[in-house]
Amino acid sequence: MIMIFGIPGPLLFGQLLLGLINGAFYAMLSLGLAVIFGMLNIINFAHGALFMMGSFAAWMLLNYVGIGYFPSLILAPLLVGIIGVVLEKLVISRLYKLDHLYGLLLTFGMSLVIEGLFRNGYGSSGLPYRIPDILQGAVNLGFMYMPIYRGWVVVAALVVCLATWAIIEKTSLGATLRAATENAPLVQAFGVNVPRLVTLTFGGGVALAAFAGVLAAPIYSVNPNMGDNFINTVFAVVVIGGMGSIMGSIISGFGLGVIEGLTKVFYPQASATVVFLVMVIILMVKPRGLFGKTA
Amino acid sequence: MFGFSRTQSIAFVVMVALIVICPYVLYPVFLMRVLCAALFACSFNLMIGYVGLLSFGQAAFFGMGSYVAAWTIKAWHVDASIAIIFGGLTGAVLGLVLGYLAIRRSGIYFAMITLALAQMVYFFCLEAPFTGGEDGIQQVPRGHMFGIIDLNNDMAMYWVTAAVFIGGFLLVHRIIHSPFGQVLKGIRENEPRATSLGYRTDDYKLIAFVLSCTLAGVAGGTKALVFGIATLTDVHYSTSGEVVLTTLLGGLGTVFGPAMGAVVVTSMENYLAQFGAWVTVTQGAIFCVCVLAFRRGIIGELGALFKISL
Repeated sequence: MIMIFGIPGPLLFGQLLLGLINGAFYAMLSLGLAVIFGMLNIINFAHGALFMMGSFAAWMLLNYVGIGYFPSLILAPLLVGIIGVVLEKLVISRLYKLDHLYGLLLTFGMSLVIEGLFRNGYGSSGLPYRIPDILQGAVNLGFMYMPIYRGWVVVAALVVCLATWAIIEKTSLGATLRAATENAPLVQAFGVNVPRLVTLTFGGGVALAAFAGVLAAPIYSVNPNMGDNFINTVFAVVVIGGMGSIMGSIISGFGLGVIEGLTKVFYPQASATVVFLVMVIILMVKPRGLFGKTA
Repeated sequence: MFGFSRTQSIAFVVMVALIVICPYVLYPVFLMRVLCAALFACSFNLMIGYVGLLSFGQAAFFGMGSYVAAWTIKAWHVDASIAIIFGGLTGAVLGLVLGYLAIRRSGIYFAMITLALAQMVYFFCLEAPFTGGEDGIQQVPRGHMFGIIDLNNDMAMYWVTAAVFIGGFLLVHRIIHSPFGQVLKGIRENEPRATSLGYRTDDYKLIAFVLSCTLAGVAGGTKALVFGIATLTDVHYSTSGEVVLTTLLGGLGTVFGPAMGAVVVTSMENYLAQFGAWVTVTQGAIFCVCVLAFRRGIIGELGALFKISL
């Protein structure tokens, strides 16, 4: 057996993979938060609840309609994204002229309502979601056995993150979006429908969270609190990365997941707190975050 | 004397009268819960209402105050007053450390940082041996106050809790109406200008934060004595959310708002408890309604209606 720093290789790589998976979720969620924050200037506290809704949407599609995992990967984000668009249109859009903190409070209230409703309907114990047959099993990579589904999650998350980055940084839609983030009235003067752009951005960010939710469904049991467990850590990730850059969110998400995984190997007691400790250090050294531009 | 206006003095007298009368009509333990929640909300209001910083991590100070007070009285058999003071000191020290980090950013970031730091405290409490993990510290004796008042009597405990609340309430009011408090309001309105006038705004913010956390620790310590228990719920972020709701519902930046909010929120929890998760749904819905249509809160709306400042 290979030993690395006195740790058996398979254990180290296993935890690294787990770290990468957590990191994939951090990256997708913090990416959504950053995109929404850039356009709407609100922190979407309901992001965790919408992530959870994505998971439940996949579960419901399977159990009520009989639609399997792969169609759900597209349908669930679409459904939850539509819910997000409705929420933005009906409720959140009323707050743009107020202090940003009201947006935080409103979305916090929304998350309580959503989670409470799901807890009433489905209890807190969690519902199982089967890994699709084609992604069952494990492959031998030589240095470790990798469950195929876990590898798939990392790859899928990476692809979606990079696609989002490409849309925002490389397409004309993305250019309009970035321009509207910088100076909305001016972009509106050029004839762009900025309110619609804002709505679509919120819907897109929410769909990202829901996509992460579908990916998470077979790994964690589908339960109303699953967003709660993630969202606080994701806030720390956002503070560490700073919300200025898309690539920054992706890198800090994956990076912190890996750090968390490594901590589980070398000092398990601190694995839950290590992300927050990193945040403390970053705040002391570079208060604006690693990739942050604005205060 | 404490900078009360005429109407505020009348409101204060009414509040004290209610505190005196209520235990003869209502269940004292429920009232003590209201008073602890009210003091906790007053401490939070000091930050959001007068410095304009939304701390989403107040549960860390409340909960640690609760743990330390419970632990000192159970393990060291100290006087109840000492336990409550230890609770407050814990809040102060923790507030100094976390506040030093958090005030580097403001606005939304301040809220997220305090939330994340509080989450760190939560995980610490989950792992640390002295907190009892999932079980918490149970069967905490109430002991004696100043060595003579036996707190096992609910009424004695009630008067002590009432005294702690009124003391904290007056302290917050005194702070706000001191020259120090005026500087805080100046920072809230226009921080660059306060800096240009020569005020070290970070120092002012930090001191205000520490004071707020101290009171949160006192509230937590008192709560631990009242119920004889300190648990992970006290440090969980839902507790932070609840104190935000309490203050928002009562009226941010009003003198009597936090107390009013505590009455409503605690009663609601008490009477809706049988409906399980509907409590959460109701709280969330109230949050949304408050933010969308009712931003001044109950006391703020009343004040606006009668054109007085409460």
